[in-house]
Amino acid sequence: MNRKVLMCGNEAMSEAAVRAGCRFYFGYPITPQNEVPAYMAMRMPQVGGTFIQAESEIAAINMVFGAAAVGARAMTSSSSPGISLKQEGISYLCGCELPAVIANVVRGGPGLGNIGPSQSDYFQATRGGGHGDYRTMALAPSSVQELADFTFLAFGLAEKYRNPVLILSDGILGQMMEPVVLPDPIETNLPRKDWVLTGAKNRPPRVIKSLYLDVTVLEKQNFKLREKYRRMEREDIRFEEISMDDAEVVLVAYGSVARICRSAVRQLREAGHRVGLFRPITVWPFPYEALARFADKARFFLALEMSMGQMVEDVKLAVAGRTPVRFYGRTGGCVITVEEVVRQIEMLKEKTQ
Amino acid sequence: MIEEGNGCPPGEGAQDGPVRKVFVRTPSLKDVPTHFCSGCGHGIVHRMIAEVVDELGIRERVVGVSPVGCAVLGYDYWDFDVSEAAHGRTPAVATGMKRARPDLIVFTYQGDGDLAAIGTAELIHTANRGENITIIFVNNAVYGMTGGQMAPTTLDGQVTKTTPEGRMPQECGTPLKVPEMIAPFPGVKYLARTALNNPKNIMIAKRSIEKAFRCQIDDVGFSLVEVLSPCPTYWRVPPLEALKWIEEKMIPCFPLGEIKSP
Ligand SMILES: Cc1ncc(C[n+]2csc(CCOP(=O)(O)OP(=O)(O)O)c2C)c(N)n1
Ligand code: SF4
Repeated sequence: MNRKVLMCGNEAMSEAAVRAGCRFYFGYPITPQNEVPAYMAMRMPQVGGTFIQAESEIAAINMVFGAAAVGARAMTSSSSPGISLKQEGISYLCGCELPAVIANVVRGGPGLGNIGPSQSDYFQATRGGGHGDYRTMALAPSSVQELADFTFLAFGLAEKYRNPVLILSDGILGQMMEPVVLPDPIETNLPRKDWVLTGAKNRPPRVIKSLYLDVTVLEKQNFKLREKYRRMEREDIRFEEISMDDAEVVLVAYGSVARICRSAVRQLREAGHRVGLFRPITVWPFPYEALARFADKARFFLALEMSMGQMVEDVKLAVAGRTPVRFYGRTGGCVITVEEVVRQIEMLKEKTQ
Repeated sequence: MIEEGNGCPPGEGAQDGPVRKVFVRTPSLKDVPTHFCSGCGHGIVHRMIAEVVDELGIRERVVGVSPVGCAVLGYDYWDFDVSEAAHGRTPAVATGMKRARPDLIVFTYQGDGDLAAIGTAELIHTANRGENITIIFVNNAVYGMTGGQMAPTTLDGQVTKTTPEGRMPQECGTPLKVPEMIAPFPGVKYLARTALNNPKNIMIAKRSIEKAFRCQIDDVGFSLVEVLSPCPTYWRVPPLEALKWIEEKMIPCFPLGEIKSP
């Protein structure tokens, strides 16, 4: 049995990556994710791995590309401005079908913004900030435990689909200390993959590429990729429902805001309100169908985010106009409090009386 | 007589009789038609790399990283493992490969736009870390793939699509000398500048490429070979004149020779 240890989110994520067999970490300093490169710089040499402080986030994601191309489990992390710089690399990883894990410890934006926690990179994570028809799975943990568990899981998912997987964390989760049970380490001698560049010994040469000059061939390749993304939608959508059975008001929140909403639901239930919480865990693929089940039962939905309203668009897509969808958000590094959630519900219930 | 594609190693062809074989395609070079313009230097550099790979016996552990540029299709010609990279990120991709699999022989093949403009940061820091990789840098003084625009290595006064009046140093700076720029870094072990303007220089270029690969095989450190290479299409001259242009215009600006050797 693994013992509980007290760790901050960024460190728990890093250790989980090591335990998932990640031996190559490439990063660049940016707050609030600096604990990740610091931990990896200390930890990688202990396990025979490699840490490089790259010259930029662009270089870091391309080092990940190189390590992945020769078959290694590799990871990079950053915070919002740095993740913007990685978008080109993410597009190439998808185009070349290479697995990788990329963590975004989201901070306030746009521009340099600030180092406060935020969820304003939801569009970028779920729609893709890079060019071309591609998708990346994005896992949104809401505790230090989940940061560890989902990071561990992400390496497997990345290889299952030969596609990068994003961890959508934020400044609260990354910095927060919580007890965590770390996953058991797995063998780093991973199964040989039949596409990896290992030198053309006793086999025809292999090529990793995303260039298809013939338009019909590229179209075919994009259909092939779409089939892969559809498989993610069929097999790997994750979400959680809290007190949803009889809910007439449905809160929808992910990540650290979902934690706050969980406390608010408890408080509101004690006061006699039939409130539930729906929490997407994979923000892409989004659990549209699961959420749509409540569209005819609930009086209204309330999407809560630390942004000006991004996930709310997915909630509206799921609900498809059948029930009103409201939004409440704080941004710029400001955090939604339990009291604010309770007040919102009381107000909205009165309005929709 | 030139006979191609029978895969015989040099020297083992039909030597007797009136017909003597003088060229044999090395196994690491595929027997396919070229997509390069006539008189282009890329094909020669591709062949030299393939020959060096076979002469050193490293075909089964070499991995190439092709650039964004006219040479992106390197894998159509080389019969070994190759990956593409985003424009200019080539040395970072090679870094990830070499760190993850130090037993592989990793090289990048880059044009002047890929290496010395968009990829300058990756080049400098890969060199400064002394990554044990090899860079083959093809300097043709223009952007070929996008239609002949100015490159960082475009000569003073040279007319390109984006310097219609000729490159003006006061606005565009002066031609970047890549090996000289990175020569001071302790991790950089082998640097040479070569040219494709005549058979003698082509032989020297091939020997330099071999030395660069040896430098990596022997774990010495970072190596780079610059090759001054003709682009008749965007220099807007016939192929033969392009060779003269290298000699008369490029070499005075980019002096040939070994800039650093272990
Ligand atoms: C990010 C990005 N910017 C621009 C381009 C367009 N582009 C393709 S090749 C190239 C320059 C090629 O010139 P060079 O590296 O000198 O190689 P050459 O074609 O001359 O061999 C450019 C700008 C691109 N593919 N990606
Ligand atoms: S454009 Fe220039 S560099 Fe490109 S293939 Fe033609 S001659 Fe070669």
